[in-house]
Amino acid sequence: MMTNPTGRLTQGQFSFLPDLTDAEITLQIEYGLRQGYAWAVEYTDDPHPRNTYWEMFGMPMFDLADAAGVMLELKSCRSTFPQHYIRLVAFDSTRGVETIAMSFIVNRPSVEPGFSLVRQETNGRTIRYTIRGHEADRPEGERYRK
Amino acid sequence: MYNIPGSATASDTPLAAGTSPAETGEGVRAARTVAEVMAQSQAGGVLDELDRELVGLAPVKARIRDIAALLVIDRLRMNQGLQAQTPSLHMSFTGNPGTGKTTVALRMAQILHRLGYIRKGHLVAVTRDDLVGQYVGHTAPKTREVLKKAMGGVLFIDEAYYLYRPDNERDYGQEAIEILLQVMENNRDDLVVILAGYGDRMETFFQSNPGMRSRIAHHLEFPDFTAGELLRIAEMMLEQQNYRFGPGAREVFQDYLTHRIRQPQFANARSVRNALDRARLRQASRLFANPDKELTVDDLSTIESPDIRASRVFDLGTASAQKT
Repeated sequence: MMTNPTGRLTQGQFSFLPDLTDAEITLQIEYGLRQGYAWAVEYTDDPHPRNTYWEMFGMPMFDLADAAGVMLELKSCRSTFPQHYIRLVAFDSTRGVETIAMSFIVNRPSVEPGFSLVRQETNGRTIRYTIRGHEADRPEGERYRK
Repeated sequence: MYNIPGSATASDTPLAAGTSPAETGEGVRAARTVAEVMAQSQAGGVLDELDRELVGLAPVKARIRDIAALLVIDRLRMNQGLQAQTPSLHMSFTGNPGTGKTTVALRMAQILHRLGYIRKGHLVAVTRDDLVGQYVGHTAPKTREVLKKAMGGVLFIDEAYYLYRPDNERDYGQEAIEILLQVMENNRDDLVVILAGYGDRMETFFQSNPGMRSRIAHHLEFPDFTAGELLRIAEMMLEQQNYRFGPGAREVFQDYLTHRIRQPQFANARSVRNALDRARLRQASRLFANPDKELTVDDLSTIESPDIRASRVFDLGTASAQKT
């Protein structure tokens, strides 16, 4: 789109920055652990902005003390789904909050075709708009092939 | 591992709080002698505390001193621009019951953290049930969960030989062992594994799992305590609980120890703890018998010789004089 020249997905934290290195990801995980968050790894090949629930890889990791455990899981997910979008989510389990506190993308497919605008004509000359990912034409599991 | 300039983690470790080659600009020059590094790090304090708080255990203290010395020399090497690779720290503790294996494992996590070898310094103590699953496919996630929780600290596996049950072919202990071996090798920087158990059974375990033995760098023997060491342990335990020996009570307790050591099923420090608990019971009963006496701090915190003398261990020859 004209508003996003690089075509990279801009969902979650740090999405306008260049890809985070492993060391920087570790720093973020350490911050989350210090705050008492539980980290989880999620992946998807359907990056539409309304798709909030991605598939979780493994279980959410409560009671961890160090980032190495989360990086182990992330490495495993990257080798299983190298061309999917993978993100790390941090869950804050304080009573009354119980929501995701942090979420950032850590892996992207090598080519991101992005989205296009779809116009639907309804009664009269009213047009309703939505967006549709270019890869959504292919079935699940066959998207983002290199 | 996470040494990014300007990040908080770089200055968290106690050793890095001293000089690093990047910071030796104005004030402190890079250390060139052992004394300078000792002054900058917490290694000296760790060793002193160890000597004070653990009685006996000479091979353990010697090994910890070696590890601390290696840390100091590594720091000097780094200051000179040489490579300094973290050594493998996996350990195996063997010895009789009550010789301090679990206690030292707890202290080891703190010690290694203060020496700067592990990042977080917590201890996760598990037995076979926490690692091995009950059905196919249960073991791997269970073991991985435990390993992820232990990363950055110490994983203490008590009675490690129960992991391997060669007689039952439906046992999933072997799977847990294989995952452990893989992580012990690949994540050496993240995790220290300490196995503990009785000497002969651990020997059988290592014989059937040579991969495990080769990954364990430090095999530490926990010798039985001498009578003098047990007396010192007793005094330290009493002091911790605000008690002390009355006049003559220490000699009676020494006598008790000489008798008790000869009895079967002597569990070293644990037996001493049990004996002291029983002495406290008898002291309580003795004070209980006099309801109108005003009890002072001295009365309440002194273990007198009759409290110890009443033990059945002194009656030689009777079959019922066997206690743990």
